[in-house]
Amino acid sequence: MLAFIIRRLFQAALVMLAVAFVSFSLFNFVGDPVNMMLGQDATPEQREELRADLGLDKPFYVQFTRFVGNAVKGEFGLSLRQIRPVATLIKERLPATLELAFCAGALALFFGIVMGVFTALRRRGFISQFLLTISLIGVSLPTFLIGILLILVFAVTLQWLPSYSRGDVVQLGWWSTGFLTTSGIKSLILPSITLSLGTMTLIMRLVRSEMLEVLRTDYIKFARARGLTNRAVHFGHALKNTLVPVMTITGLQLGAIIAFAIVTETVFQWPGMGFLFIQSVQFADIPVMAAYLVLIALVFVSINLIVDLLYYLVDPRLRIERSTAGH
Amino acid sequence: MEAINRFFDGDVWYSFKQSPITIVAAVFALICILAAVLAPLIAPHNPYDLAQISLINSNLPPAWSVGGNASFLLGTDQQGRDILSTIMYGSRVSLLVALCAVVIAILMGVGLGLLAGYVGGRVDSIIMRLADIQLTFPSILVALLIAGVGRQFVPRDLQDSLAIYVIILSISLTGWVQYARTVRGSTLVEKSKEYVQAARVIGVPRWTIMFRHVLPNVLGPVLVIATLNIATAILTEATLSFLGVGMPSTQPSLGTLISEGNNYLFSGEWWITVFPGLALIVMVVSVNLLGDWLRDALNPKLR
Repeated sequence: MLAFIIRRLFQAALVMLAVAFVSFSLFNFVGDPVNMMLGQDATPEQREELRADLGLDKPFYVQFTRFVGNAVKGEFGLSLRQIRPVATLIKERLPATLELAFCAGALALFFGIVMGVFTALRRRGFISQFLLTISLIGVSLPTFLIGILLILVFAVTLQWLPSYSRGDVVQLGWWSTGFLTTSGIKSLILPSITLSLGTMTLIMRLVRSEMLEVLRTDYIKFARARGLTNRAVHFGHALKNTLVPVMTITGLQLGAIIAFAIVTETVFQWPGMGFLFIQSVQFADIPVMAAYLVLIALVFVSINLIVDLLYYLVDPRLRIERSTAGH
Repeated sequence: MEAINRFFDGDVWYSFKQSPITIVAAVFALICILAAVLAPLIAPHNPYDLAQISLINSNLPPAWSVGGNASFLLGTDQQGRDILSTIMYGSRVSLLVALCAVVIAILMGVGLGLLAGYVGGRVDSIIMRLADIQLTFPSILVALLIAGVGRQFVPRDLQDSLAIYVIILSISLTGWVQYARTVRGSTLVEKSKEYVQAARVIGVPRWTIMFRHVLPNVLGPVLVIATLNIATAILTEATLSFLGVGMPSTQPSLGTLISEGNNYLFSGEWWITVFPGLALIVMVVSVNLLGDWLRDALNPKLR
C-alpha cells in the first residue's frame, strides 16, 4: 500500500514538473518578455537592467527553479490584458466554475443513478428503451450544440431562463455565490444541464450494466430465495454492490466535467476559469494561460490520486487480496 | 473481380444487409462525404467567391418560411452567403481535418504500440507510462491545451494559415494512445505464436518480423477504433473551432460556422447556427453507427 502511494505521488510530481516546464517555456519563448514590458524604444542599458531584474541572464535551471518556486506560492505575475495579478483573477473566477461543476455533478449523479436503476429493473419497458435511445444520441451530441439548442429553446424562443452570465451574486468573503438569489439560481439551470448531460448518460449506462450483472449473481438469487422483498434485494443488495465502479467513474468524470466546463462557460459566457482561459488564449495573455495550465494539471493529478486511494479504501476485496498475497 | 465477389458473399456484407439502421447510417455518411468532396461542383453557390455574394441577400430565412428565396434553400448568413453551400464547404474542412488527424494518430499509435509490444522492456514501460499519464486527462482538454498553447508559438500573421496544421496535430496527439494500447496487446499475443518463432529461427531480422509479419495481424481492431475515432475527431475539431482555437473564419469548418452563427441567435436568425449543427450531428451519428456495426461484424465472438 505504502509503495503504491509513493509510486503514485512520484508519478504525480513528474506530471506536474512536465506541465510546469510547458508553461515556463510559454513564458520564455513566446515573444520577448523584456520587449513586452518596456516597449520598442527602450535603451539597451534599460533592457539589460530589466533582464537582470527578471533573472533572465541566469542559466536555464536557475530560472526554471525560480518559476517553480513562484508557481508553488501561486505567483504568476500580471495578466497582460487586465494588468492585475493572475492569482486575484483566478480567485475571482474560481467560485463560478466550482458552483457550476458542483451543480452539474450533483445532477448527473442523481439522475444518472435513478435512470440507471430504473432501466435495469424495467429492462423491457417502453420508457427504458426510450431513455436508452436518447442516451445514444446524447453521446453523439457535442456539448456546445446542446448548450446552443437549450439557449435557442428556453432563452430565445420561450424566454424562461437567462442565457448568459451568473445573474446577481452575493459576496461571502472572497467567495461569490449565485445560490442565494433567484436570478443566480435561474442562470445556473441551463449551464448545469448542458454540462451534466454527458456524464449523466455515462453514469446511467454504467449503473444499468453493473446492475444487470449483479442481478444475475448467486447471492441475489439466494436473497430472493430467503424471501426478501424486491425492495430489499434491489436497493439493499444489488445497488450497493454496483456503487464501487460507479464511484470510480464518477471521480474520473469530475475531471471531464471540469474540462467540459470550458466549453459550457464559453457558450453561456459564464465568468468562470474556463472562459478566462479561452479569452487568454485569444488575446495571447501568457501569464493567465501558464497559471491555468498548472492549476488544471494540479486538479487532475489530485483527482486521480484520490480516486486511486479511495478505490483501495472502499473495496475490501482489493485489500484482502493484497494482504493474503503478502503472506 | 473475384475479391469483389468474395466480399458480397462474405458475412460482413451479410451482417450489413441484416441491419437496416446501418444501411441508413451508411447512406447518410455517403451523402455527407459526397457533398463534402464534390462541394465545388455541386454546391448551388460558391460562398467564398466575392463576385457571387451580395449583401442584398443577407439574412434570408430558409426557402420554406416567409421571406425565403427559393435559390437559397437553407437561407443565407449576414454576408449573403448560402447556408447550404457553406455547410458543404465546411464539411470538407471538417472531414479533411478529422481524416488527417486520425491517419497521423494511427501511424503514431500503431508504430509505438508495435515497438512497445515487440521490443518490451524499458521502451515498453516508458511508452505505456506516457500513455497512462495522457489517459488521466480528458482528450478534449489535451487537444484544447495543445491547440491553445501551440498557436502561441506560431507568429501572429501566420496563425490563420497554419491553424489547420496546429489543429490536426493537437487532435492526433490526443488520439494515439488508444491505438498504441490495442496494438501492444495484440502484439504481445502474436509475438509468442509459432510463425513469429519460426521466422526468428530462420534468421529474419527483427524489424522485418515486426512490420512484415506481426503488423498485418494486429491491424484488425485498429480499423474499428479508427472509424469511431473519425467521429470523435470531427467533434473535437468542431469544439475547438467553436472555442475559437480551431479553424479561422477565412477557412471555416462546421464548428466555425456554428460559432459564428451563434452570435446571431438572439436576433432571430436561428438557421445560421442550427443547420450546420444538424449537419454535424448527422455526420457524427452516422459514422458512430457505422463504427458500432463494424465492431460487431468483425468480432467473431459476437456471431
